[in-house]
Amino acid sequence: MAVGLLKKALPRLGLAVPAWPGVRCMTSRLYGTAAAQTQIHQPDNSVGSDKILTEPLKHPDFFRLSELFSLKDLFDARVHLGHKIGCRHRLMEQYLFGCRLEQDILDLDQTMEHLQQALNFTAHVAYRRGIILFVSRNRQFTHLIESMARDCGEYAHCRYWQGGLLTNANVQYGKGVRLPDLIVFLSTLNNVFQQHVAVRDAAKMNIPTVGIVDSNCNPSLLTYPVPGNDDSGPAVELYCKLFRMTINRAKDKRRQMEILYGLKSQND
Amino acid sequence: MSKMAASSGRALKSFVQGCCGCSSVILPSIARNVILQKPAVTVLARLVCTSSTLQRKNIAAAGPEKYTQEFIKKQIEEFNIGKRHLANMMGEDPETFTQEGIDRAIAYLFPSGLFEKRARPVMKHPDEIFPKQRAVQWGEDGRPFHFLFYTGKQSYYSLMHDTFGKFLDIQKYQDSMRAEGLFSQDTKQVNLIGSRWMIKEELEEILVQPISDHDCLRFIQLLERILALPYCSIEEEYIQRFRRALEVQSKKQKIEPLQYDENEVAFSIGEGRRKTATATATVRDNGSGNITVNGVDYLLYFPVLQDREQLMFPFQFLDRLGKHDMECKVTGGGRSAQAGAIRLATARALLSFITENEVESMRQAGLLTPDPRVKERQKPGQEGARRKFTWNKR
Repeated sequence: MAVGLLKKALPRLGLAVPAWPGVRCMTSRLYGTAAAQTQIHQPDNSVGSDKILTEPLKHPDFFRLSELFSLKDLFDARVHLGHKIGCRHRLMEQYLFGCRLEQDILDLDQTMEHLQQALNFTAHVAYRRGIILFVSRNRQFTHLIESMARDCGEYAHCRYWQGGLLTNANVQYGKGVRLPDLIVFLSTLNNVFQQHVAVRDAAKMNIPTVGIVDSNCNPSLLTYPVPGNDDSGPAVELYCKLFRMTINRAKDKRRQMEILYGLKSQND
Repeated sequence: MSKMAASSGRALKSFVQGCCGCSSVILPSIARNVILQKPAVTVLARLVCTSSTLQRKNIAAAGPEKYTQEFIKKQIEEFNIGKRHLANMMGEDPETFTQEGIDRAIAYLFPSGLFEKRARPVMKHPDEIFPKQRAVQWGEDGRPFHFLFYTGKQSYYSLMHDTFGKFLDIQKYQDSMRAEGLFSQDTKQVNLIGSRWMIKEELEEILVQPISDHDCLRFIQLLERILALPYCSIEEEYIQRFRRALEVQSKKQKIEPLQYDENEVAFSIGEGRRKTATATATVRDNGSGNITVNGVDYLLYFPVLQDREQLMFPFQFLDRLGKHDMECKVTGGGRSAQAGAIRLATARALLSFITENEVESMRQAGLLTPDPRVKERQKPGQEGARRKFTWNKR
């Protein structure tokens, strides 16, 4: 009764209010609607499904992503190279190692930490079957990123961004569309060297963002900024490889856990 | 009682209280019905009158009307039942009743004098009447099916992605040939003659999705870039999918077969019109350039040189000035119109004597095109077709 009143009183909340504690509903990001909850058919044993979701959160690096990359790999892929001093963004000064012959060099130690956190977050989102959208407006790598997204089973948008794709989703796509749960920017700038509209829109729609920020980008609106080079071929190929491996690992792990806990609950 | 103003809510409240002595208070500010403790008196709740502007939905913002699957299925069932009824009414077999029969039946049962064909009553299969709806793009868990769904134009961008993939494949092949040392510039080229690129409407049909002129242009540019590569013949099949054959214009000309009269002389008849004049020309072979118009020699019938030039033009163009005899009948029109009509009739008659290339060159010269210019009608309020009445200041 109280829950019903709550739902009526706060119709604009995108949150799905669980009706009773036993059943798990996915907090899906439905645009503007209230009462529509995607009730995913969970197995009858709530204990098993609880375990599947809470088990990864107990370990700092459940998916062992630190094995995927090392500082030397980042250096060989020229991730540390930034733009010239004239293009430097004020808020990126904290991520710079220094400057050589008027070219900024990014601090790869910080990059390692940020990349680890970002990949870990991506893996958790993929584990929980979230929708990941890859965004980049660098025309050199459009084909590469779209192929990578298709191989992972996730989504990509490396084309002209129409205004209301996130903020006006009901009109753009149709009613009841599910928006992405994570947006990954492989380049936060658009073709005119201004910040991509999706960064601001994702912040408006409460969608977490992971972004590769170069020395001329603004890292403030991103949830997990990763200072790194976004213009060189090897660098972007390295990022694509890392994201693809993370997502595949996370999905495989999910399947393993479901089988494991599914079997366990059958045995009990 | 008379002291209290009837419209004042507070006065009403005290009046009620005084009358019934109920403890519950009816506040005029609350817009809802408040349940009384003792509903001995009829509830004096305030009526909320919402204006129609609040209740009216913004219909335009909802977009084009959406038809559900069940609705379309019901329509199809009703159409089939109606078809059978119609067949019974017209006395035909319901099993073999075609769409033409339906059209005839409807035209008979509902005669309409409307000029606009699309405004007349029509009975067609619901698939032809209701526009095709796009099926839902995502599954039960909300995940879209296509990996480019979030771009908004998934089929167009997926086409661009695939085409660029082909471009990269050709480049890779080129690199492998270069590595083996077999690279050469003179390779088999894609045949582009006699075909044209698809237009925006045809592309929209393929993609089942509206695109802009700019998008179409970009796609064509990408295909042209692929054709610029030396080894583009690898993906020839893919490229030909986006080319449409040009219709050869000269094939549309109806060429009458040659006829032969008693003296084994070949002749051919042609008809032509210009303004209000109609002409029928008979061109005979093995002649010496004699031309007869309405039984009279052409020199007498057309004293003006310009008209005679018009008569000669088809023969002069084909270099057959002294080789044919011509006999024609012409009615209507004026001097120039008759000359033009005879010219068109002669040209059409000569089609039977010449090769296809000459037909094409005649068509390009404009000898076979009927002149569509006619006298423009006079409009009311004006003196002629264009001339207005003299403007008077007062």
